[in-house]
Amino acid sequence: MKALTILKYQWKDLLRGKWIVGYGLIYLLIADAMIRFGNAGPKAMLSISNIMLLLIPLVGMIYGALYLYQSREFTELLLAQPIDRPSLFWGLFGGLAIPLALAFALGTAIPMIYTGMIVTANLQSILLILMLGIALTLLFTGLGFWFGLKFFEDRVKGLGFALVSWLFLAVLYDGLILLAVFAFGDYPIEKPMLALALANPIDLARITVLLEFDISALMGYTGAVFNRFFGSMLGISVALSCLMLWLSIPLWRSQRQFEKKDF
Amino acid sequence: MISIKKLRKDFGPRTVLNELDLEIPAGQATGIVGPNGSGKTTTIKALLGLVKPTSGDIVVDGKSIEGEWLYRSKIGYMPQIARYPENMTIGELFEFIKNMRGSDTNRDRELLEYFDLDSEIDKRMRALSGGMRQKVGAILAMMFDPEILIFDEPTAGLDPKSSVQFKRLVHEEKQKGKTVLLTSHIMSEIEELTDHLIFMVEGNIRYDGPMRELMELQQEQRLEGAVAKMMEETAA
Repeated sequence: MKALTILKYQWKDLLRGKWIVGYGLIYLLIADAMIRFGNAGPKAMLSISNIMLLLIPLVGMIYGALYLYQSREFTELLLAQPIDRPSLFWGLFGGLAIPLALAFALGTAIPMIYTGMIVTANLQSILLILMLGIALTLLFTGLGFWFGLKFFEDRVKGLGFALVSWLFLAVLYDGLILLAVFAFGDYPIEKPMLALALANPIDLARITVLLEFDISALMGYTGAVFNRFFGSMLGISVALSCLMLWLSIPLWRSQRQFEKKDF
Repeated sequence: MISIKKLRKDFGPRTVLNELDLEIPAGQATGIVGPNGSGKTTTIKALLGLVKPTSGDIVVDGKSIEGEWLYRSKIGYMPQIARYPENMTIGELFEFIKNMRGSDTNRDRELLEYFDLDSEIDKRMRALSGGMRQKVGAILAMMFDPEILIFDEPTAGLDPKSSVQFKRLVHEEKQKGKTVLLTSHIMSEIEELTDHLIFMVEGNIRYDGPMRELMELQQEQRLEGAVAKMMEETAA
């Protein structure tokens, strides 16, 4: 109940800030352009998901941390009021994560609707991409919150950690895996590689997308191993459940942190 | 009635509150004084649940506050540095907190008029001066008519006129039988408003009792002299 009151205020404040609208517009433009050039097929969807895999973690983490710093006054004000900390935490988190997820989902879905892609293309794939984007938004906003709470007094450190982890997970991770493959190629490393793929949520999402579209040429090393090990259907379900597990970790950790914190 | 039992708070290796034992009498005004960094604000924050104690317990009206939050509806708190969401207007802020507390009081209007802020109600918090924010904080603390009022250096940023207005208001609340807890560096203010005095140094209590007794003990006419003497004694 109280969390809802907080949500309502946060959303009003976000809309007043307008950047959330801009964020949705970016997806609208990208999706529109991709559909125009990619002929509304799986190619367009693949391009959209590639951009989403880079952009969502970055925006989620940076804004997660930044937002926590920005609403410090708000948090301190509310903590002196009769409200329990879990409600306040979920109010704050939902106040950012839900609008971010909605901006992505609407921005991506609207061009698909007015171009008629939603009828011509495979609806299941579209829904999968939207679901993945929403899950990634929640996950990385949660990670951003976690960094923000961990370095509550030191914004530069909090934002720095967010940026470096994004760089690591989104860009460097696959390179490091390739390096490991190159170095230990003579040994049976399939299973350790599989574990490494499960350990990175962005990789998990990427593998899910590629398995769905069955494009092994673009899968990269981890994707190929994954495909060989699990096959398409089982692969998707394993990847999705790991992603859900991943989602709960930062949220659980940051809620604990929030409950124990001194303000 | 608020009892603090063996309250300890460490920030890393630094002990800010050292096994504090305190009784804050109900229906009276209690002043907490002490040099900077003596743990006054931390005590208040622990009482509000903003700071989690390392060990020890705080009991409000017979119930431990650990893991509790409903007891805060009995408390009105005015922080030392009043910081509020920058984008909210005064009116929105009050409306929001009223929603949070599930109250439809009209006291905020009265208090806004009392502090000559009623014309500023549509101003955003970021456009307000420090003193105005302090006043907003005071209104926020008092508008729900809570049993316990906590003021952390309330008059530090107020001009003389507002300061007098504020003190008159606190006096009225005291008359109504509220429990008031006040920290300040202005001894005349403590003398004027409170009956009970707590003197803290480095997380320890040096004096806890009626203010008159302290003045008699130190053979001083004014509280300022009595407290200064006590500070010198602790320094020596």
